[in-house]
Amino acid sequence: MEQHAIESTFLFGRLTLEKLPLHVPIVLGTFIVVAIIGLAILVAITYFKLWGYLWREWLTSVDHKRIGIMYMILGLIMFLRGFADAVMMRLQQVWAFNGSEGYLPAEHYDQIFTAHGTIMIFFVAMPFVTGLMNFVVPLQIGARDVSFPFLNNFSFWMTVGGAILVMISLFVGEFARTGWLAFPPLSGVVASPDEGVDYYIWGLQVAGIGTTLSGINLVVTILKMRCPGMILMRMPVFTWTALCTNVLIVATFPVLTATLVLLSLDRYLGMNFFTNELGGNPMLYINLIWIWGHPEVYILVLPCFGIYSEVVSTFCGKRLFGYNSMVYATICITILSYLVWLHHFFTMGSGASVNSFFGIATMIISIPTGAKIFNWLFTMYKGRIRYELPMMWSLAFMLTFVIGGMTGVMLAVPPADFIVHNSLFLVAHFHNVIIGGVVYGIFAGINYWWPKAFGFRMNQFWGYVSFWCWVVGFWLAFMPLYVMGLMGVTRRLRVFDDPSLQIWFVIAGLGAAVIAVGILALILQILTSIRDREKLRDLTGDPWDGRTLEWATSSPPPAYNFAFTPVVHEIDAWQDMKEHGYKRPLTGFKPIHMPKNTGAGIILAGISVALGFALVWHIWWLAALSFPAIIATVIWHSFDYERDFYIPETTITETEEARTKALSNAV
Amino acid sequence: MSAEILTEPTGERLYHPAEEPHFPEGHSTPLGFWIYLMSDCLIFAILFATYGVLGHRYGGGPGPKELFELPLVALNTTMLLISSITYGFAMLHMHQGDQKGTLRWLGITACFGLAFLCIELYEFTHLIGIGAGPGRSAFLSAFFTLVGTHGLHVTFGLIWLAVMVVQVRKFGLTIANQRRLNCLSLFWHFLDVIWIGVFTFVYLMGMI
Repeated sequence: MEQHAIESTFLFGRLTLEKLPLHVPIVLGTFIVVAIIGLAILVAITYFKLWGYLWREWLTSVDHKRIGIMYMILGLIMFLRGFADAVMMRLQQVWAFNGSEGYLPAEHYDQIFTAHGTIMIFFVAMPFVTGLMNFVVPLQIGARDVSFPFLNNFSFWMTVGGAILVMISLFVGEFARTGWLAFPPLSGVVASPDEGVDYYIWGLQVAGIGTTLSGINLVVTILKMRCPGMILMRMPVFTWTALCTNVLIVATFPVLTATLVLLSLDRYLGMNFFTNELGGNPMLYINLIWIWGHPEVYILVLPCFGIYSEVVSTFCGKRLFGYNSMVYATICITILSYLVWLHHFFTMGSGASVNSFFGIATMIISIPTGAKIFNWLFTMYKGRIRYELPMMWSLAFMLTFVIGGMTGVMLAVPPADFIVHNSLFLVAHFHNVIIGGVVYGIFAGINYWWPKAFGFRMNQFWGYVSFWCWVVGFWLAFMPLYVMGLMGVTRRLRVFDDPSLQIWFVIAGLGAAVIAVGILALILQILTSIRDREKLRDLTGDPWDGRTLEWATSSPPPAYNFAFTPVVHEIDAWQDMKEHGYKRPLTGFKPIHMPKNTGAGIILAGISVALGFALVWHIWWLAALSFPAIIATVIWHSFDYERDFYIPETTITETEEARTKALSNAV
Repeated sequence: MSAEILTEPTGERLYHPAEEPHFPEGHSTPLGFWIYLMSDCLIFAILFATYGVLGHRYGGGPGPKELFELPLVALNTTMLLISSITYGFAMLHMHQGDQKGTLRWLGITACFGLAFLCIELYEFTHLIGIGAGPGRSAFLSAFFTLVGTHGLHVTFGLIWLAVMVVQVRKFGLTIANQRRLNCLSLFWHFLDVIWIGVFTFVYLMGMI
C-alpha cells in the first residue's frame, strides 16, 4: 500500500509531535485534568508509603475476591470516561441545529461515538460483569479460589492493558472513527490510514486475550471446584448464568480475535480479506464480527439475570420460583444467542429465506427470556418483599427490560427492520436493554454484594437518589430516540437540517443530565459509605438474610473463604443450613493450601501494552523487543514450580476466633 | 417456615466433610487445557470458514492448481504425522519413568517439527517469489493466513518443546513436568488434526 505511505522515523515510528493534541482545547483540557488527578494519586500513594502494600496485596494478588474488586474499580473508572463521551454527543446533537455546526468537528465527533461504544462494552460492562463473577462465583460454590489463580490475575491485567491503550489514544494520536465494530472498508487502510483503527484493534486484542482466558478459568472453576454435595442442579442461579456466560466467552471471543487479526493483516500486510479489490469481501467481516457480537450481549446480560434471581429470591424471602425452568431458560438463551447474528444486518440482502430464519430465531429468544420474567414475578407473588436497593434495581429492570425486549422483537421482523435499520430506534432499543438489563443488574449486584466485599452496607440515601435519577433519566434520554427513530432519523449524525427535531434532542439531553446526577449520586454513595463505614458495619456476614453460600462466611471473607469446606444438601444451601440450626465449628482448624501471589501477570500485561503501542505507531524496534520479551517472561514464569503455600493453623484459628467474637457482638 | 421442614429431623445433616477435599496444584489443568484447545480450534474454524468464502476469489491471479505442489505437501504432511508418532513414543517412555528415552524422542519430534516448518517456509518463499504473495488475492490472503497460523502454532509448539527439554533435564520427570508434557502432547496432536483439515480442505480439494 505504498500510495498511503505515512512518514515514519526509526525511533518513533509514525509518532510525531503533531500527533499530540496540543491544538485541540477540549482534549488538552481533559489531559490536564487527568494528569493532575493521576499525579495527585501517585503522590498520595508515595506519601502514605502504599506502594509496597499495593504491590504485595493487590497488584500481584491471585485472590479472586481482590481481583474481582479491581475489575469493579476498572469498570467504574472507564464508566466515567464512557459517560463523558455520551454527554458530549448529546450536547453536540442539541447544539447542531439551524445552521450551527455544533462544537465538535466531524473527526472528533466520530471518535467520540466510536470510543463511547467500545469503552462501554469492553471496558465498562465486561469488567463489571467479570468482576462480579470473579468475586461471587467461588464463594457461591464453596471454593477457596478459582482453578487457575495466576491466570486470573493475568487476565485482569490484560483487560487493564487494553483499557490503557484505548485511553492513550485520547491523548496520543486519535482513536478510530468507524463506529464501535469498525466495519471495513471504512476501517481498511485506504479509508482509515492513520492510527485510529490500530488503537482499536490492539486495545481489543490485548483485552480479548484476558477475557478468553478468564472465561476458560471460570468454566473450569465451576465444573471442578464445587464443594461436596453441590451438584449442578443445586448451584445458585448466578453461578449457573456465570457458567453459561463463560461458555459463551470461550465460544465467541476467539472469533473476535481471529476477525481482528484478519483486519490487521489487511491493514499491515496489504492482504485482501475485507478490501474492495482482488476478491476481498467486506461483508465477511460483518458476518464474523457479529458471530462474536451478538453472543457478546448475552455474555453481558446473562450474569445480570443471575443477579436479579439472587436478589429477588433473597428480598422476597422465598426460594426462586421455577429454579429448573430458570436454568433451562438460561441454557436455551446461551445456545440461541449463537444462532441469531445475522439480524444485525438484514439489509445486507441475504434473501428472504435466510432473513426469515434469523428473524424467527431471534423472536424465539424472547420465549425463555419471558419465562424468566414470569419466574421473577411469581417469586415476588406472596413474598415478603423488602424494598432494599438491590430489589428496587431489580424491579426497575423488569419494567424497563420488558419494553426493550419488545422493541427488540419489533426489530427482529425483517421488513420492519428495513425501515428502522441503523436508526435512532435501534440506538434506543439497545440502550434500553443494556441499561435496563446490564447496568441496572450491575448496580443491583454492587448494592447487594458490597457488604460482603467490605463488611459494611452502602449508604441508602444516595443510593435512592442515584436510583431515581437513573430511572427517570433513562426514560427521558431514550424515549425521544424511539420517536425520532420511527420518524427515520439515523444514528451517528452530527448536524441536523430539520429544526423540528431539536426539541427531541433537548429532551434526550435533559435525560442525560439527569443520569449524570445519578452517576454523581453513585459516586457520593460510595464515598459516604466508606466515610460512615463504622455506622454501616455488618458483623454477621449475612446482612440481607441471604440464601446462598457466600453469606455463610464473614464479611469481608478471609483469604481462604471457608475455614471448613461446606457440604450442600439443597438449592439455597445457606438457607438450608440456617433452617437446620447449623452451628459454626469453633475448633479443629487445619492448615489451608493456597496459591502464592505473583508479579508475572502485571509484567506480561505491561509488555503487551508496549507491544500494542509499538504496533499502533509502527515502532518496529519496540515491537521486535517486546514480543520476544513476552515469550521470555512466560518461560521465566514457567520455571517457578513453587506456586502454593499453606496458611498455618494459628493464623486460621486467630481469624476464626475474631469472627466468633464479632458474631457474639452482633447478636 | 412450612410444617414439612419443621417435622424433618434436625441436626442430622452434616455441613462439613469429615475430610477436607484437597485440590492439588494442577488438578484442573487437563480440563482447562482442553477448553483452551477448543477455543483455539474456533480460531481455526474461522480461518477455515474464511478460506471457504474467499478460496475461489483469485482476483485475476493464480489459483491452487497453478500454485500447489502436492508431492511437496505430501512430504510435509508426512513430517508432521511422523512427529506426532514420535511424540507418542516420548509419552510412552515418560509413563515408564525413562527420562533419557523421553528426552531422546522429544528431540526426534523436534527435528521432524523443524523439517515441517522448513518445508513450509520454503513453500511460502517460493510462492512470494513468483508473485503469489498474500496480498495478491483474497484466495492467497486466506491461504497464507490459514496455513501460516498453523505454522505459527507449530513454532510455538517447538519453543515449548525446547523449554520442556530443559525443564525435564533440570527437574526430572516430576508430576508437574509430566502434566506439562501431557498438555504439550495434546497441543501437538491437535496441530496434527488441524493439519489434516488443511491438507484435505486446502490442498487436496484445491486440486479438484
